Amino acid sequence: MSAPGASGAAGSRSSGGAPFVMAAPALALFSLFALVPMAIVGYLSFTRWNGLGSPSWTGSDNWREALTSDVTRHALWLTAKFMVVSWLVQTPVSLLLGVFVAGRQRYRTLLAVVYFVPMLISAAALAIIFKNLLDPNFGLGATLGLPLLDHNWLGDPQLAFYTTVFVVAWQFVPFHTLLYQAGTRQIPASLYEAAAIDGAGRLAQFRHITLPQLRYTIVTSSTLMLVGSLTYFDVVFVLTGGGPGLATRFLPLDMYITGFQSNEMGRASAISVVLVAVGLLLSLIIVRFSGFSRMRSQQAGM
Amino acid sequence: MSAHSPTSHAPAARRLRRGNPLGALGGLLWLLVVLVPVYWVLVTSLRSREGFFDANPLAVPSSPTLENYRLVLDHDFGRYLLNSALVTAGATLLVLAVSFLAAYAIVRGTGRLLRWTFSLFLLGLAIPLQATIIPVYYLIAKAQMYDTLAAVILPSAAFAIPLTVLILVNFLRDVPDELFESMRADGAGHWRMLWSLALPLSRPALITVTLYDALNVWNGFLFPLILTQSPDQRVLPLFVWSFQGEFTINVPAVLAAVVLSTLPVLALYAVGRRQLISGLTAGFGK
Repeated sequence: MSAPGASGAAGSRSSGGAPFVMAAPALALFSLFALVPMAIVGYLSFTRWNGLGSPSWTGSDNWREALTSDVTRHALWLTAKFMVVSWLVQTPVSLLLGVFVAGRQRYRTLLAVVYFVPMLISAAALAIIFKNLLDPNFGLGATLGLPLLDHNWLGDPQLAFYTTVFVVAWQFVPFHTLLYQAGTRQIPASLYEAAAIDGAGRLAQFRHITLPQLRYTIVTSSTLMLVGSLTYFDVVFVLTGGGPGLATRFLPLDMYITGFQSNEMGRASAISVVLVAVGLLLSLIIVRFSGFSRMRSQQAGM
Repeated sequence: MSAHSPTSHAPAARRLRRGNPLGALGGLLWLLVVLVPVYWVLVTSLRSREGFFDANPLAVPSSPTLENYRLVLDHDFGRYLLNSALVTAGATLLVLAVSFLAAYAIVRGTGRLLRWTFSLFLLGLAIPLQATIIPVYYLIAKAQMYDTLAAVILPSAAFAIPLTVLILVNFLRDVPDELFESMRADGAGHWRMLWSLALPLSRPALITVTLYDALNVWNGFLFPLILTQSPDQRVLPLFVWSFQGEFTINVPAVLAAVVLSTLPVLALYAVGRRQLISGLTAGFGK
């Protein structure tokens, strides 16, 4: 970067750095729709508001209701379970696939091209595909007559949860595979050569070289996965709408239904504050404990 | 990710070219998991309603028909396509314009305010922004913008700013200082350097973020869902959703709508796969 000269007047003079004015539009737009809302949602959580008209102050009522509501508590527990199970499913799959397609063989590159396709489909379209594909009467399982596939995937409360985990994995594994592919391709080949000379087998190489070298990719991917499934909405909304019963009513969905369907925006705002706080805390904890920020300064550039 | 020179990376290539039967098996399995649903969607969308109930679901349709596609097109598909195009173009242009300016200022500037702004954007990457839909709805309603395309454009653009700025900043940092210094010696100000030096040089990064942001806005569902209401303002993901609500039983037609709404993105992928993928990994993939 240029020398820290005197940056005074809005710099078209030769010594000045670029003027702050240039960053102002982005800052204004981002503040208006991302930062101001965080303040507003805090305020709204202490009001009663039906989405029309004006909010009226009610103190801590919403918080008391939200925190004692069985539905919301259940949603909280379900969300935690969803985050853990999703992580357990998506991480090994995308890690192994990513390492595999990092190879330079032509067929692996081709595989990677196909793997990526689910990322292109909108969440709404994707949910509709699986809703029909898994339909107990007209779906693939029923019409194909395979007993293994013939279940009421979205109608049975137990199954619906894991089906949702699978569909969300179908959508996001491609992205994480991509991260692991990029990460693996950056591991210096000399490490493997040295290990091979020492007689390390493939499994040993994977355990002692690939995995440790992918540490920061794992951290990045896991952060995105966990915060992502904490706040995930689109597919679940279209696929199950939270049902059957409350089986897939995760916290973001609970917030949406409370706010936009039951018209209790105040209470929904309280749930929203919880979501923002947990998500932010989660990112910060992971970043702090993984030394992620140190790594960023080590590896500047692309 | 510059590991493409064949000579210097020959050892890497050798290592990376080993066979791996177990991996191949897993890779093949996932290929099926991806391809079977996609294939099923395509063949089913070509079946007649009667054919759908009779046939083996994975067989190639004996008498393929485009009537489902016609049905979708007859339901104002063109209108929703246009809406999606407007929202995507509007949001992408907006986010590119403000983010490029900001990235230039952050890289070429020195002020504390600028450093502070950049930290704020970095923090923005960690904020679960989807959780703020209620206040966004509140703001849009207050501004009398509810149920307009602009209501979707503004927050979609705003939420894309952090990652877009980050990618552009990373790119601009690699532009050699001397290029700017020599222009400056000729008396050029920041606006001219931005326009005639930084902009043309950033083309690859700009293409990448354009594709990435456009994909996200095009597929966006939550903002249109909460910020619009009337069919006039509907974008494609909302259309697909409401279409399946209306034609639940007509599975081939519903799937034809899914295919039609995805076609533009598939075309984009076919043309700009490399740039799109580097956009996806650029922000995180280190």
